[in-house]
Amino acid sequence: MSRLGDLGARLYRGEVGYDFVGKRKFWYALSILITILAIAGLAVRGLNMGIEFKGGAVFNTPKTSISVSEAQEHAEAASGHDAIVQKLGNGGLRIQVTELNTAQADKTQTQLAEDLNIPKEKINADLVGPSWGEQIANKAWTGLGIFMILVVIYLAIAFEWRMAVAALIALIHDLTITVGVYALVGFEVTPGTVIGLLTILGYSLYDTVVVFDSLKEGSKDITKQTRHTFSEVANRSINSTLVRSINTTVVALLPVAGLLFIGGGFLGAGMLNDISLSLFVGLAAGAYSSIFIATPLVADLKEREPSIKALRKRVLAKRAAAAAKGEPAESDQEAYDEPRDAEPDDGEGPVHAAPPAAVVAGPRSHGGRGRGRASGKRR
Amino acid sequence: MAAPQKGRRQTGAPGKPGRTLILFLIAMIALVGGMFGAGELTPRLGIDLAGGTTITLKAKSSPGQANAVNETNMNTAVGIIERRVNGLGVQEAEVQTQGSDNIIVNIPKGTNSQQAREQVGTTAQLYFRPVLTLGPGDPAAQQPPPDANPTPSAGSSESPSPSGSDKPKETASPSGDNAPSPSETTQGRPLTEDLKADATPTPSGSASGKPSAPPSEPATPPADPATEKLQADFAALDCTNEKARGVLGDNAKPDQPTLACGENDGVWEKYILGPAEVGGKDVDDANATINQQTGQWIVQMDFTGGGSKKFQAITSKLSQQQPPQNQFAIVLDGEVVSAPSVRQTLSANAEISGNFTQESAQDLGNILSYGALPLTFQEETVTTVTAALGGEQLHAGLIAGAIGLALVIIYLVLYYRGLALIAIVSLLASAVMTYAIMTLLGPGIGFALNLPAVCGAIVAIGITADSFIVYFERIRDEIREGRTLRPAVERAWPRARRTILVSDFVSFLAAAVLFTVTVGKVQGFAFTLGLTTVLDVVVVFFFTKPIMTLVARTKFFSSGGSWSGLDPKRLGAKPPLRRTRRLSAPTDPKEA
Repeated sequence: MSRLGDLGARLYRGEVGYDFVGKRKFWYALSILITILAIAGLAVRGLNMGIEFKGGAVFNTPKTSISVSEAQEHAEAASGHDAIVQKLGNGGLRIQVTELNTAQADKTQTQLAEDLNIPKEKINADLVGPSWGEQIANKAWTGLGIFMILVVIYLAIAFEWRMAVAALIALIHDLTITVGVYALVGFEVTPGTVIGLLTILGYSLYDTVVVFDSLKEGSKDITKQTRHTFSEVANRSINSTLVRSINTTVVALLPVAGLLFIGGGFLGAGMLNDISLSLFVGLAAGAYSSIFIATPLVADLKEREPSIKALRKRVLAKRAAAAAKGEPAESDQEAYDEPRDAEPDDGEGPVHAAPPAAVVAGPRSHGGRGRGRASGKRR
Repeated sequence: MAAPQKGRRQTGAPGKPGRTLILFLIAMIALVGGMFGAGELTPRLGIDLAGGTTITLKAKSSPGQANAVNETNMNTAVGIIERRVNGLGVQEAEVQTQGSDNIIVNIPKGTNSQQAREQVGTTAQLYFRPVLTLGPGDPAAQQPPPDANPTPSAGSSESPSPSGSDKPKETASPSGDNAPSPSETTQGRPLTEDLKADATPTPSGSASGKPSAPPSEPATPPADPATEKLQADFAALDCTNEKARGVLGDNAKPDQPTLACGENDGVWEKYILGPAEVGGKDVDDANATINQQTGQWIVQMDFTGGGSKKFQAITSKLSQQQPPQNQFAIVLDGEVVSAPSVRQTLSANAEISGNFTQESAQDLGNILSYGALPLTFQEETVTTVTAALGGEQLHAGLIAGAIGLALVIIYLVLYYRGLALIAIVSLLASAVMTYAIMTLLGPGIGFALNLPAVCGAIVAIGITADSFIVYFERIRDEIREGRTLRPAVERAWPRARRTILVSDFVSFLAAAVLFTVTVGKVQGFAFTLGLTTVLDVVVVFFFTKPIMTLVARTKFFSSGGSWSGLDPKRLGAKPPLRRTRRLSAPTDPKEA
C-alpha cells in the first residue's frame, strides 16, 4: 500500500501525472461515443418502465399456502415481466405484473392458476393504474429544472460561469449514460431507479465541485506568474486531487458494488438491481466526468479568455527564450515560485526539470507530453 | 514556528477540541436517549420493506352524475389522496387506481391507519351556507308528545332512511325556481321566512320546550310544495341516526336549500340551509391554529381573491339578520361543522371552530388545503399487506451491504492505517446520528424508510467518507510540505473545510429544491439526502476535526509511526528544498 501512498506523494509533487487536459480530445471523443451509444440505446430499445409508472395487471388469489417468493417466480415466468407479490391480511396473495393488456393478462391468469394450483375463476384479475402517476413525475421534472437553474447560479457566483457550464454538461453526461445503460441492459425502471438517478444528480455535482475547488485554489493569481498556462494548472489540480477522487470513488462504489454484484447478482435479490445499477453506473460516471470532462472543459473555456490567452503567449514566449538560452529549470523555477510561494500544492523545484519527467512519463505513453513542456507544441 | 500559529489563527478552535467533542457526544447521547425514551428503537420502515395496510376505495356514482366516474376524475382523486396521505411527503404511502372505479391506498405499517382512513375517505366538499332554520337534532326528544304531528315524527323514528331517500326527488324538482332566489338578499328573505314559518311549527309542536327556533307565524299555509317538503323532511330528520346523516350529505345540491345536521357540544342539531354562497374552491389555504382568546384549536382558511369578495358580500348581508338567520353554516361533506353567527362584514379569511383537538384541526386543515375529491368514495376493504420486497431479498441486500461496508473498512485501513480508525469512528458517529434521527422522525412526522432511502444512505457513506478523505489528504499534503502533524492538522482544516462546505452546499441545494417542489417518493428521498448532508457537515465539524486535533497530540500519530498513516517518509515528505524560505525548515531533522 505504501506504493499507493508513494504515488500520492509523487502526484502531489507533480513527479507523475496524467495529462488529463492535454489528452482531453480523446476523452471527449470517448464520452461522446458513449453518450451516442446511450442515446441510441434509449431510442432503439426504450426504457422498460415498471408497473409503478405504467400500471399493469393485478391478480388477487384466495388464501393459499404458496410463499411470496414462489409466487413471484411463477408470476415472472408466466408473464415475462417483473412481478410484485404481497401477502394480504386474509392469507391471499396480491400479484402485480407490469403492463399487460387484457389478452395477455388472461393468459397470465390461466398460467398462474395452473402454477399456483388455484382454480382460475378464484383468481381475481384487474388492471391497476400507476402509483407513481404523471403528477409526481411532472413535479419531479419541475424540481429538477429549478435545481439546475439554481445550481448554475450558485456555481457561477461561488466559482465562475465557465465552471457552472462545465459542471452542468458533466451532470447531463452522467445522467444520459446512466439512463442509456438502463435502456441497454433492459432492467425495469422503478421508483428506486429514479431515486438512484436523483442521488447521482447530487453526487455528480458534489464530486465536480470538489475538483473545481482545487482548481479555483490552484488558479488563484494565475495571471501574475508566467510559468504555467491555465491548462497546465488545471491539469495539476486534477492530479493533486486524484488520490482523493480515487479514494472517494472506491469508498462510494464498494457498498453499491456489494449490493449490485453480491446482493443482486449472486444472492439474486432482483429488486436491488434496479436501484444499485443506477447508483453504480452513475457514481462511476460522476467520478469519471468530473476528472475527464468537467475540468478539461473549464480549461477549454478559460483558454478563450483574453487575459488567459495573453498568459499563454507570455508563458510560451518565456519558454522559448529559456530554451534558446539552454537553462530551463533554474529560470523557470524562479519565475514560478516567486509569486506563488504561499501555495502548498506548488511543485517542488527540481522535479520539474525535464529528465525525471521523461523517466516517469515513460510507462505512461503520453504522460511526457502533458507535463507542460510539450504542451508548448500544441497550438 | 510561524506556520502553526498561522494555522491556529485560521481555525480558532484547536485549543478547545475537548469541549466541542463533549458537546457533540452530549447531543448524540441525547438523541439516542430520546430514541429510547420515546420507545422507538427502529426506524419506521416503508411499505416495500415492512408492508402495511391497504385500503380499497370504491367511487360511488351519485344519481344524475353517471359519467362522473371517469379516468380524469379518478386520476385527480388519486393526486389529491396522495397529497393528503403523504402530508409532509415522507410517509411513503402509495396511491393507485385499480380497475375503473377503485383506488388503492397503501400505507406503511405503524402509520395511524384510522387517521389515514379518515383522510383518504373524506370527500372534503366544503360549502358556506346561510342558516335558515335551526332545530334540535334528536327527534327522540320529540317522541313523548306524539299528538301534534303524527306523520313526520313517525316517519322519523321508524324509518329515517326512506324519508331521506325521498329528498332527492323532491328537492331536485324545484331547483329551477328556488335556486336563484335565495341567493339574492331581497328575495331570499321571504323564502327564509317561509321556511322558518313552515318548518318550525312541526318540531316545536311535537318537541316540547325546544326554543332554539321560535315560531314566528305558526299558522302560515305552505308557500310552495318544495319548501313544504323540505320542512316536512326537516321535521322528520333524525340527526342522531348515522344513516340518515349520510343520505343527507349525498343528496345536498350546492345551489339549493338543503337539510343538514351538525354536532355541537355533543348534541346534534339540525338545520335548513340556504344555497351555498362560498365553496371549497374559494379556499386558498387552510391551517390549524390556536385561537388566542379561547385557547381552542381552530382551522383558519384563507380565501382566494374571488372567494374573499363572495365571503365579504354574504357576511355583510348576514350581519344584518336576526338569529338564527345571521348564522353561517360551514358544511363539510354534508355535515355542519360549525355555524358561527356573523356580527360584522368579514373578508379574507374565515375560521372553523368546533371541538377540535390539535390532530383533528390539523387533519381538517390538511384536507381543505388540497381541495375536495371530485368523487365520493366508499371504503371497500381494509386489509394488511406484507412487504413487496420479500424478506429474503431484504436479507440478501443487508448481507451485500455489510460485505460492501467491510470492503470499505478494509480499504480505508490499508490506505489510511491509523487514520482509518478516525474515519471509521466518524462514520459510526454519523450512522448513529442518522439512525437515531430517522427513528425519532418516524412518530414525529411519519417518516418511513424505504429501500431507495436505504440505498441513498449507503451512498451517503461515500459522501460522508469523502469529507474525511478530503481532510486527510490535506493533512498529508501539509506533512509532505514538511510540517509536523499538529500544525499540519490545523493548517489543513480551513481549506478542507471550505471544500467540504462548498460541495455539501450543492447536495443540500438539491435536497431543498426537490423537497419543496416535488411530492411523494421524490420528496421522501430529498428529505433523506438533506438529512445526511447536514449530518455530514455536523460530524466533520464537531467530531472528526476535534478528534483529529486531539489525536495529533498523541505520540502514536505525531511520531508518524508507520501504522499511523501519517508517516512522513511514506508520504514522501521532502526535506525542505534548497531554496527554502519555507517555514517547514525546522521540521527537517524529525523526518530524517
